Amino acid sequence: MSYPAVPVLSADVPAVSAPSSDVPAVPAAPCDVLVIGGGLVGLAAAWRAARRGLRTAVVDPAPASTAAASHAAAGMLAPVSEVTYTEEPLLRLGLASLERWPAFAAELSADSGHDLDYRTDGTLEVAFGSDDLAALDELAGFMGRLGLPVERLTGRECRRLEPMLAPAVRGGLLAPGDAWVDPRRVTRALLAALERRGVTMVPARAAGLERSGETVVGVRLAPAGGSPDGRPPSPGEPPGEPSGELSGEPPHGGVILAERVILAAGAWSGAARWLPPEVVPPVRPVKGQIMRLRSPEPILRHCVRGSVHGSYVYLVPRGDGELVLGATQEELGFDTRVTAGGLWELLRDARELVPGVTELELADVVAGLRPGTPDNLPLIGPTVLPGLSLATGHHRGGVLLTPLTTALLMDEAGDHEELAALCSPLRFQEQR
Amino acid sequence: MDDDLIIGGEKFSSRLIMGTGGAPSLEVLDQALVASGTELTTVAMRRLDPSSRGSVLDVLRARGIKVLPNTAGCFTAGEAVLTARLAREALETDWVKLEVISDERTLLPDPIETFDAAERLVADGFVVLPYIGDDPALARRLEQAGCAAVMPLGAPIGSGLGIRNPHNIELIVEAAGVPVILDAGIGTASDAALAMELGCDAVLLATAVTRAQRPDLMAEAMRLAVRAGRAARQAGRIPRRRYAEASSPMHP
Repeated sequence: MSYPAVPVLSADVPAVSAPSSDVPAVPAAPCDVLVIGGGLVGLAAAWRAARRGLRTAVVDPAPASTAAASHAAAGMLAPVSEVTYTEEPLLRLGLASLERWPAFAAELSADSGHDLDYRTDGTLEVAFGSDDLAALDELAGFMGRLGLPVERLTGRECRRLEPMLAPAVRGGLLAPGDAWVDPRRVTRALLAALERRGVTMVPARAAGLERSGETVVGVRLAPAGGSPDGRPPSPGEPPGEPSGELSGEPPHGGVILAERVILAAGAWSGAARWLPPEVVPPVRPVKGQIMRLRSPEPILRHCVRGSVHGSYVYLVPRGDGELVLGATQEELGFDTRVTAGGLWELLRDARELVPGVTELELADVVAGLRPGTPDNLPLIGPTVLPGLSLATGHHRGGVLLTPLTTALLMDEAGDHEELAALCSPLRFQEQR
Repeated sequence: MDDDLIIGGEKFSSRLIMGTGGAPSLEVLDQALVASGTELTTVAMRRLDPSSRGSVLDVLRARGIKVLPNTAGCFTAGEAVLTARLAREALETDWVKLEVISDERTLLPDPIETFDAAERLVADGFVVLPYIGDDPALARRLEQAGCAAVMPLGAPIGSGLGIRNPHNIELIVEAAGVPVILDAGIGTASDAALAMELGCDAVLLATAVTRAQRPDLMAEAMRLAVRAGRAARQAGRIPRRRYAEASSPMHP
């Protein structure tokens, strides 16, 4: 892909805003790539751009904040064990991205000096009762027809792999190629790598696109502290922070010029009212509650996923003894309250599969917002506006799909036209 | 020939009512709803923010499908009444599918809490469609209490076991003066056809479609099955006989 040429700007568009106490520092020269959103996908896109020597900046009031979906994510890289009927396209994306994870992790570790706790021991999917086992057998048949490498195990074979599993576990499927990673470590590593690579972090909110004709040539920033359009709080905006009123004047917090703008605002992408309506992506927040438990030693060696009376739960072990239980899926808008019922359901099901979990220390509970799309596939690539690309809508698969996302954005994906077409934001354009 | 389903004074030409739970994505749900031909679809009000954009409600609105809020997840009459009132406020509809379950394993309806909630909701002006066991006595009592329809189960929710007690469903149909909607337990198309052959006025199903390997195709199968079962009921089946009867008489 060739980047669009920088159009000549009219003189009244300053490349740098006037110095002012409430205006964030912006890069002095136009960037090659400007990423809106400092969640995992946005930071990763910026890192890959910077690695290629492109002048890169990230706009986010609080990058890598606890509001980012990745802060709540378990980090399962499990396209095989998570496959469901009707979702073969998502499986193809997941497998392609899983293939890229080893190199992505190695390069990020080298660039940042951080360990990601990237592990490749596979997912063990288990069934609790006979109904769950029947559903698992049907799923195994589906996986077999798709040619996926899974191994059907008896209950006792499952418990040989994971002795902490309940005797009531009736059987399972081992997906040996599945992996997992600690998304919070990945985020910290990306921040470190971005700093080393000299990427500019702009702690501000985007308030509009700067355009020259149709072409997007930059991003206007909101004045510090204000919420220009009354949209829900974006990542990092602390709850309860008073949002500023728009006083009729356009926001004038400064402008960053860029050859290419990438919107990676996660669940907030669909609420970006400062975008022209034709490029606002069909993204909605899907709430997920998750809890982190801690033990002195890991009690599991694999990722364990299971269905208990038809309700799904997963347990993801970290090397340091942390065990992540997740996750609810709730259509509640921008609600991020942690609820008693949500946590109870996780514990109820996790305890059926691994009775020992209730002995562990409760370290953390959090609710995050996944960016959901109508077809559960992400939105990656150019929009109808030249100069503006999307990298959002990753729903439950943001961590898994990050390497593929950056490859598609940076045109490093090789001969992957089919995958690019699956993710293209243009697929929703005709429905408008 | 007009053969409309009339509930609470409203006409529907489709006799298939859909649920939304269990679909892998909104797009898959949308395709299934279109294939089903449904005009009325029930949505669980818990775990749903009616004001958020891009949700399942938007899918229904875009297709012009009437929303029937339900009280799934409630264990007491008190919770169900509260949920129904929140739904009325949020969705501006008096209609409610009343669902009060007795336990999480079977999800069977609690008859006493259901009746209690139905009485209170009817008094409050709701159009109440209660989900109940296949109990003819309870169905009659709920009709007397002013419910707009009764919704007996074929089998537990999501079980796909079909209609376990067709005799009771027939007894409910015989006595009912309000529409009888077979709700829960449908596993495949023949179950839906059987419900209509037994004389039910409509069928409500979700899991059989949303968790099928090809939801849109199963939705179409259900649409056809409901129509086939309805037509067969109206046509009148022949009596069952122990011995053969030549279809072409030998002695004219």
